[in-house]
Amino acid sequence: MLSAEGLAHSFGSPPVHALDGISFRLDVGHTLAVFGPNGAGKTTLLKVLAGLIRPQSGRAQVEGGRRAIGWIGHHSHLYSHLTVRENLLFWATLYSVPTPERGPRADDLMRRLGLSDRAAQPVADLSRGLVQRVAIARALVHEPQVLLLDEPFAGLDLAAAGEFRRLLAELTHGRRAVVLATHNVEEGVELATEIAFLHRGRFVEVAPRGTRGPAQIADAYRRAVAGG
Amino acid sequence: MAELLRQAWTIARKDLLLEFRSRTAIMSAAVFTALVLVVFNFGRDPTAVPTLTIAPSILWVTFTFAGMVALNRAFELELENLALDGLLLSPISRHSLYLGKLAANLVFVAAVETIGLFLFAVLFDVPIWHVLGALVGVIALATLGFIAVGTLFSAMVLRTRFAELMLPVLLLPFLMLPLRWAVQATSALLAARPLSEMMGSLKLLAAYDIVFVTLATLLFPSIVEE
Repeated sequence: MLSAEGLAHSFGSPPVHALDGISFRLDVGHTLAVFGPNGAGKTTLLKVLAGLIRPQSGRAQVEGGRRAIGWIGHHSHLYSHLTVRENLLFWATLYSVPTPERGPRADDLMRRLGLSDRAAQPVADLSRGLVQRVAIARALVHEPQVLLLDEPFAGLDLAAAGEFRRLLAELTHGRRAVVLATHNVEEGVELATEIAFLHRGRFVEVAPRGTRGPAQIADAYRRAVAGG
Repeated sequence: MAELLRQAWTIARKDLLLEFRSRTAIMSAAVFTALVLVVFNFGRDPTAVPTLTIAPSILWVTFTFAGMVALNRAFELELENLALDGLLLSPISRHSLYLGKLAANLVFVAAVETIGLFLFAVLFDVPIWHVLGALVGVIALATLGFIAVGTLFSAMVLRTRFAELMLPVLLLPFLMLPLRWAVQATSALLAARPLSEMMGSLKLLAAYDIVFVTLATLLFPSIVEE
């Protein structure tokens, strides 16, 4: 579904290696959590996977191309002066969702995300937590097979982050290939089936999550980053 | 082609709806247009230079600067919540994105120009009504090229510092020739000169439109993905 082979990309002069030989493969039903400190290359990796940045070497491939990708980041990509429903319909149109399906899909997502009573409200009037729910709906309105999550918990309080995780798990579980990039192990680990530690553009560890709990993974992360 | 235009329409409709909801930019541009015309009106001496001699230049200088307001806002509204990245992530063609922005800008500028033209006629007492159709044609011809280049440059300067200053610095050199042709055609029209006297300017404006709409459409993808 999603594969990366030898991705490398650097910025600036002297070059800072944001990505340095990243390879992995991910199938539907799996969630790869990429943990790394600020500047490790997480966002660059996601942007390369999404086709927003062309890597200087290597190759990223998503079956179905851009149409198959949904993106949730700390920016919502929503228009504040449009209502929740108008935003969803706009993005559904851009992704060529057939006209008769747009309304029902938007309504269904709003219902599942608890936004039905906010449908006619401008996004500008919503709280950060609600905006993030609309961002989930926006990312899923075209039913993508691949979901890329870039620090999706940023700016959310503990309760909102927990709720956000629950909704994501409910809407993605078993049906999509998900790559989640975050610096916060505790926040990301619950959703993961695979775990990677990214440090200075390299995967210093990639492994199935297995039965490890958040504390064990956080320990492994600290050791990996310190040793990388 | 149908898909390209459909996507462009989706973008343009969204931009116009956003403008209709906020009305910030259109109000600013309309007030700016009125103020520029009033300032020019107070700053001229009709006994020194006949109105018909100077009026076309005033009209086009006003339209040019009012157009800048529209162009500045075209991509600025995509920076809120980084919607631009969302657009670039989507499968929409970059050409559609450009054409949609161009269409929305044209509607926006046309609205401002309508207000400006009316105020121009009233403040400067210029008889435009008998040549209104032809004058609208000249304005449309000159505006298309201006906005085509401006839409491209407004995307180019979007992520630069002082974008609002950078846009006129980059754009104005490209507008000198079409402005000259637009002023010449407008002068001839208002002075009720024969069509043959303005034909040269009109042909040049049309050529400018074709060249720059095509160039801007082709160049836009590489600029927006930088």
